[in-house]
Amino acid sequence: MSTLPLIVVEDLAKTFVLHNADSASIPVFERLSLEVSPGECVVLAGESGVGKSTLMRSIYGNYLPTQGSVRVLHDGAYVDITQALPHQVLDVRRRTLGYVSQFLRVIPRISTLQLIMEPLLENGVSTEEAQDRAETLLSALRLPRAHWELPPATFSGGEQQRVNIARSFIRNYPVMLLDEPTASLDAENRAIVVTLIQQALARGAAMIGIFHDHDVRDAVATRLFGVSEFKAAA
Amino acid sequence: MDADVMTRPQAASGMTQAAPLLRVTDLTKSYGHVVGCRNVSFELRPGEVLGIVGESGSGKTTLLNAISGKLPPSAGKVEFDTSRFGLTDIYGLNEPDRRRMQREEWGFVHQNPRDGLRMRVSGGANVAEPLMNLGNRHYGQMRAATIEWLERVELDTRRIDDKPRNFSGGMQQRIQVARNLIHGPRLVFMDEPTGGLDVSVQARLLDLLRELVRDLGLAVIIVTHDMAVARLMADRLIVMKNGFVVETGLTDQVLDDPQHPYSQLLVSSVLQI
Repeated sequence: MSTLPLIVVEDLAKTFVLHNADSASIPVFERLSLEVSPGECVVLAGESGVGKSTLMRSIYGNYLPTQGSVRVLHDGAYVDITQALPHQVLDVRRRTLGYVSQFLRVIPRISTLQLIMEPLLENGVSTEEAQDRAETLLSALRLPRAHWELPPATFSGGEQQRVNIARSFIRNYPVMLLDEPTASLDAENRAIVVTLIQQALARGAAMIGIFHDHDVRDAVATRLFGVSEFKAAA
Repeated sequence: MDADVMTRPQAASGMTQAAPLLRVTDLTKSYGHVVGCRNVSFELRPGEVLGIVGESGSGKTTLLNAISGKLPPSAGKVEFDTSRFGLTDIYGLNEPDRRRMQREEWGFVHQNPRDGLRMRVSGGANVAEPLMNLGNRHYGQMRAATIEWLERVELDTRRIDDKPRNFSGGMQQRIQVARNLIHGPRLVFMDEPTGGLDVSVQARLLDLLRELVRDLGLAVIIVTHDMAVARLMADRLIVMKNGFVVETGLTDQVLDDPQHPYSQLLVSSVLQI
């Protein structure tokens, strides 16, 4: 297996400029560098508002960094997410880079099972296999079978969270970003998610995570990374 | 103003570039002194869905019409990878060749179904007409294809002989969608395709469009002022204001971290429910 880091963040800076609020400038971080290798789970540390989620979103290409680069190993070559064209970023997200947020943001009106199969179907997996894997994962996450054919909009917070997790973990992404994936789960479900994370790490995935729950953090973190050390001067 | 354009760098590392399906270069359309759109450049790849957003009067529809061969530009080029001539400036083609290319390789879904349908002939005939225009003369085959497409857009096939005016707005729009996809186009233009519909009808039509676009691997250019439609349908966005492109990028990046003052205003103006 390759021992190259799967994520290389270099000299990254992010400042929000709010043009419609007197061009208020909100610096978040600067000169931030970070490498994550296969099997590593780097947990972002720092108090609320320090920019942990902003860093995650900058790595995912959801936010546009002000400076620096975010390279992700994709098909054996590094792709700089901050420079790549939209279709390239989408291809990296489809096959290499997964993201679990705290919130389920999906197309409304589509059944839970279909939502979870979708990432597999997009990658050319057959319908039968996709359904099989989706059902296995939903069972493992103990989502009641009666819910599978329903769209998740009316589910409880914890149920939506598990749909979210299933949607990301069904693909064996080489790189995963986890933004509080266990935030609204009870202890038993947290333990199931911890197992999923540990299995992915054993497989050689590289992860960056935000976990407020100390038990989860201690169970999966291979290293802590203090985002506040890179706090940009206001 | 041009220096103000917020765009992601065009360079890319580690990936090869396939030939574009469509290439628009420095496209400008003025009406006398009034600028419709100015210096618009972009490329579209096969299977890519591009959203053009902006408020009314921002030049979205002018741009769409100029790209789709309906409105000759004042300056600039629109090149399409035609099956007969390869990548060709569509306004450099003679009129019959251009019309043939539009018929064979493009679709255009209008906001108002009346603009895209022939109201005096049946819904079924509307759907079948593109096949006839392409030289198909086998009635049985065309009828079978029409029924298949009416089913795909979830219309009652027993109503195949009803006139469009006897269908509801949402159903008329489905007929229009079928009419524009039946001949297997590679590029489909959509001008506010869900614009005039009730929200519940709009939602179902959007689901259908999204599914068809994905299943058929269509390249689409969709004009909308509705950010929710843009998020649902588009891979990437062009934000227009006063005829200029002020920002381009990946859809979720433009909507979640807009850079240009106008994009920020546009995104922050969306009401949350």
